[in-house]
Amino acid sequence: MKRKFLVFFTLMCVSVLSLPLSAHHGNAAYDTENKITLKGTVTQWFWANPHCVLQFDVTDDHGQVVHWGAETENPTTMTHSGWTKTSFKLGDEVTVTMITVKNGKPIGRIVDVVLPTGQKLAGRVIPQLPPYNPDDPPKQ
Amino acid sequence: MLKPLIVSGLVLVLSIASPLARAQVAPPQSATAKVQTAATAGHAPLDHDGWGRPVTASTNGQKSAPAPRHDISGTWDPGDGGIQQLGARAMPEDGRPEHRLPYTPLGQEALNRAKPSNGLRSVLPAETNDPVVTCDPQGMPREDLYELRATQIIQTPEKVFLMYTFGKVWRVVWTDGRELPKDPEPRWYGYSVGKWVDDYTLVVQTTGLDERTWIDRAGRPHSSDLRIEERYHRVDQNHLELTVTIDDPQMYTKPWVALDKLQFELQPPSFDVREMICSPSEFAEYNKLIGNPASDKGHQ
Repeated sequence: MKRKFLVFFTLMCVSVLSLPLSAHHGNAAYDTENKITLKGTVTQWFWANPHCVLQFDVTDDHGQVVHWGAETENPTTMTHSGWTKTSFKLGDEVTVTMITVKNGKPIGRIVDVVLPTGQKLAGRVIPQLPPYNPDDPPKQ
Repeated sequence: MLKPLIVSGLVLVLSIASPLARAQVAPPQSATAKVQTAATAGHAPLDHDGWGRPVTASTNGQKSAPAPRHDISGTWDPGDGGIQQLGARAMPEDGRPEHRLPYTPLGQEALNRAKPSNGLRSVLPAETNDPVVTCDPQGMPREDLYELRATQIIQTPEKVFLMYTFGKVWRVVWTDGRELPKDPEPRWYGYSVGKWVDDYTLVVQTTGLDERTWIDRAGRPHSSDLRIEERYHRVDQNHLELTVTIDDPQMYTKPWVALDKLQFELQPPSFDVREMICSPSEFAEYNKLIGNPASDKGHQ
C-alpha cells in the first residue's frame, strides 16, 4: 500500500506541477513547461559561483539509481532566500521540485527543496521572456 | 486507506494552486518587468550581510535626513534592480519596439556576433561567447549594467573609489580637476573623471575603454570610441540615484539611456559586503556538473 501511495503522490506532483505557471525560466536549455518532484539522497552541495548545484541520487521503481544535478542561483542571491553553505549535508533525504533540461539528461533548475526537517527552501527560477504583446502595459 | 490518499492529494493541490491564484489577481505588470523581477520574487531586502550579521535598513520607514553636500560616500544597495539579466534596465532586450537600440549597421553586425545566455536571443550555456563566462572583467559600463549589487563608495579630496560586489573589483574616478586623456591606451575600466554639477550631483565621464567587453548581459556592443556618462544624484541622506548614458557613434546613431535613476539605499556603516568572485576553477566545475551536459544536443 505504501508503494501505491508513493506512485499516487508522484503522479499528483507531476500532473499538478505541469499546470502553466506565471513564471517561466529564461535559460535556453530548459523545458520550462514541465516540473517534476523527486525524492533523493544528497551526494554533494556545491555552494559557489556562478550557480550553486545540489547533487542527489534518486532510486527509480526498478531499483536503478539516477544521479541528478540541480542548479540554483549564485550564493549571494540565494543567501537572501535563506540558503546557506550548510543547507544540506551528505545523506540528507530531500524532496526536490525542479524544471529539467530539454535533452533528457538528469539536470534541473530548482523550484524548491524540502529538507529532512520539513523546511522548504525556495529556488529562483528565471522566467522565460514571453513574446512581445502590443497589449502589454508600456515599459517597465 | 483511500481517505488519506484523497486528503494528501487535496492538500497538495491546494498548496500549489494558492500561489497561482494569487498570481492571477496581481495588478497588471509589463512582461519585461515580470521577467526582470520574477527571478528574485520574494526577495526581501538584504537581511544578512557578508559577516552573517542581521541588517536593518537605514531608512527603517522613517523620513530621511537631507543629503549632505558633495558626498556620495557609504555602502549603497540597489536591490533587485541592479541585476539586469535581460540587459540594461532602462532598455532591456525584450523585443519591445521602444527598447530597440539605435544601432548603426556596424553596431547591428557586432550585436549579431554576440551570443548571450540570457534574454530574447539566449543560446545554450556551452554556446555563449559572453566574456564573463571565462571570468574576463566586466569592465565599464557593464559594471553598472549587470549584477550591480551592494557598492561601497569612498571619497578623498582627489578621487572617488567605487568598490563593487560582483567580481570584487574597484575603480577610481578622479575629481582633482584633471581632463580625460586625449589618446589613452584602452583599459577594461577606462579612465574616469568626475565633477560636481550641483551640491548633490556628481557627473562622471569615462573613456578609453577596451572593445572586448559587452555593454550588458544582452551582448550590446561598443567600440573604443564609447563615452559613458554616469550621474550620481544623492536624493537625501539615505538614497542615491544613478543614471547612465551611452554614447558611441560607431555603434549607435544617437546616445541612449541605459539606467534611468536606479535607486540605491544607504546601508549601515557596519555592513559587510559579501564576496562574489568569478573563479575559473569553480566555473569549470559548474560547467562539468550543469553547463556542458545541459547543452549536449546528442540526447535530443
